[in-house]
Amino acid sequence: MVLTKLLKDIAKIWTKYKWSYINGIRNTILLAFIGTVLGCIIGFICGILQTIPVSKKDHPIKKAAVYAIRGIVRAYVEIFRGTPMVLQAVFFYYGLSYLTNGALNFTDPWTCSIFVVSINTGAYMAETVRGGILAIERGQTEGAKAIGMSHVQTMLYVILPQTLRNILPQIGNNYIINIKDTSVMFMISFTELFAAHRSVAGATYQYFPSAAIEMVAYLCLTLASSVILRLWEKKLAGKSSYELATADQLSPTAGTLNSPQKGSNFDERHIETKGGQN
Amino acid sequence: METVIELRHLSKAFGANVVLKDINASIHKGDVTCVIGASGSGKSTMLRCINLLETPTSGDILYHDKSILNEKISLNEYRTHVGMCFQSFNLFNNMTVLKNCMIGQMKVLKRSKEEARVNAIRYLEKVGMAPYINARPDQISGGQKQRVAIARALAMNPEVLLFDEPTSALDPEMVGEVLSVMKSLAKEGMTMVVVTHEMGFAKDVANRVLFMEQGVIAEEGTPEEIFTNPKNERTKEFLSRILNK
Ligand SMILES: Nc1ncnc2c1ncn2[C@@H]1O[C@H](COP(=O)(O)OP(=O)(O)OP(=O)(O)O)[C@@H](O)[C@H]1O
Ligand SMILES: [Mg+2]
Repeated sequence: MVLTKLLKDIAKIWTKYKWSYINGIRNTILLAFIGTVLGCIIGFICGILQTIPVSKKDHPIKKAAVYAIRGIVRAYVEIFRGTPMVLQAVFFYYGLSYLTNGALNFTDPWTCSIFVVSINTGAYMAETVRGGILAIERGQTEGAKAIGMSHVQTMLYVILPQTLRNILPQIGNNYIINIKDTSVMFMISFTELFAAHRSVAGATYQYFPSAAIEMVAYLCLTLASSVILRLWEKKLAGKSSYELATADQLSPTAGTLNSPQKGSNFDERHIETKGGQN
Repeated sequence: METVIELRHLSKAFGANVVLKDINASIHKGDVTCVIGASGSGKSTMLRCINLLETPTSGDILYHDKSILNEKISLNEYRTHVGMCFQSFNLFNNMTVLKNCMIGQMKVLKRSKEEARVNAIRYLEKVGMAPYINARPDQISGGQKQRVAIARALAMNPEVLLFDEPTSALDPEMVGEVLSVMKSLAKEGMTMVVVTHEMGFAKDVANRVLFMEQGVIAEEGTPEEIFTNPKNERTKEFLSRILNK
């Protein structure tokens, strides 16, 4: 009885205001997605900056610069992790033009929202990335050094790809938090999903049916994200098995070589797979 | 005999802990130099100083008579000439066996992808790991990992290879496969410095043996001199302890 009434009300509101909701969903996804991507980029940059190695032999100016950068990143992380995003939004949207007498300001809610979500996510990701970099065993860094790779090359080809894979769950976490937490952006008149609820409820006084629609919509968004992230994680983990290379897979190149050790065999499986060739 | 690397008055301290004290040694071209000694005597530290994974506190390291501590020498280029294999393999976990052996060639030596591939496969064949080019490090055994690590180092075409207890982390049945790869390298004339507890390998393969004791080279000589007729009391003590285990 109550349920059929609720469903009817929901249907009524949906038919009349569906474009408000759909528009809200679209804006929420866009904001959360762009904010998370930019936030990750900021986080990676901060994490990389914080893990630049210094040795006693380095030039004093380089050492001073590295320590200054670490201090700045630290301050950024503490400030943006330690204050509510809604205040940051208000602060930048209204405060920037106030402080600079209108010389600097955000002209629309989009840019300001993206800016705020990005630097907020970046502050969280900075710590995650730093931890992720430090979690890769030192041996791999030494392995890279021992073949002459520079710090930048080691980071780029060895450490960061593994860091990305390891912190993917946290990136997903941040994305899902962003889908929900961007709802505070109605404060600077950004029309995301929650703003749609406020305007519909304000117009119809149907708070509960509208809230029900919102709950379902948010849940769908977060569930879909979870699924996509799981798939991505699986893809990055790579194949769980490998195929032994056969002689013909190697031969186009093997034929051009005259390796004196061709056909050497240090284990049994090797003999099996190369048996045909010898 | 051509000297490739020379250590002159090399010292290393970690804080107040002096680990290497005035080490003098030379590595000759084509020689297999085994470094033996008790745990904590500074073997790894000496080896790590040679390719500057540790910075010496004082003294000098010469590569073909040029100091590598000189700031004008490119450290990364020097390391392509002096490769290293570790006890813990240190393969790149995000790459296949083949890619592990290609990345340094492509990024450091700037070889083309095809050239790097051909060269990598050549050395993977040499260590008997060519069939596994598509495997990732977590999918192969310890002995296989160490052979890949050797191929990765060889693919850079180094002049000298340093080994820090390459078989110590391996199950006994895998020690042989790694040692036989190293033996065949030695036969081909590779210049090697091997820190090892495998006295059999040192006896059979080495031309020179250094015995380290508390941060100094207490005795050095041919394997015969060290193993059958050690002069230093410490050497005798160490050998009787390790050989009668
Ligand atoms: N990074 C470090 N910081 C402080 N002390 C260190 C460091 N590395 C090594 N040491 C110390 O230096 C001494 C020599 O270590 P080293 O690893 O060179 O010995 P080793 O001869 O290789 O021993 P093992 O046979 O156990 O590998 C040890 O007392 C060790 O505690
Ligand atoms: Mg050691």
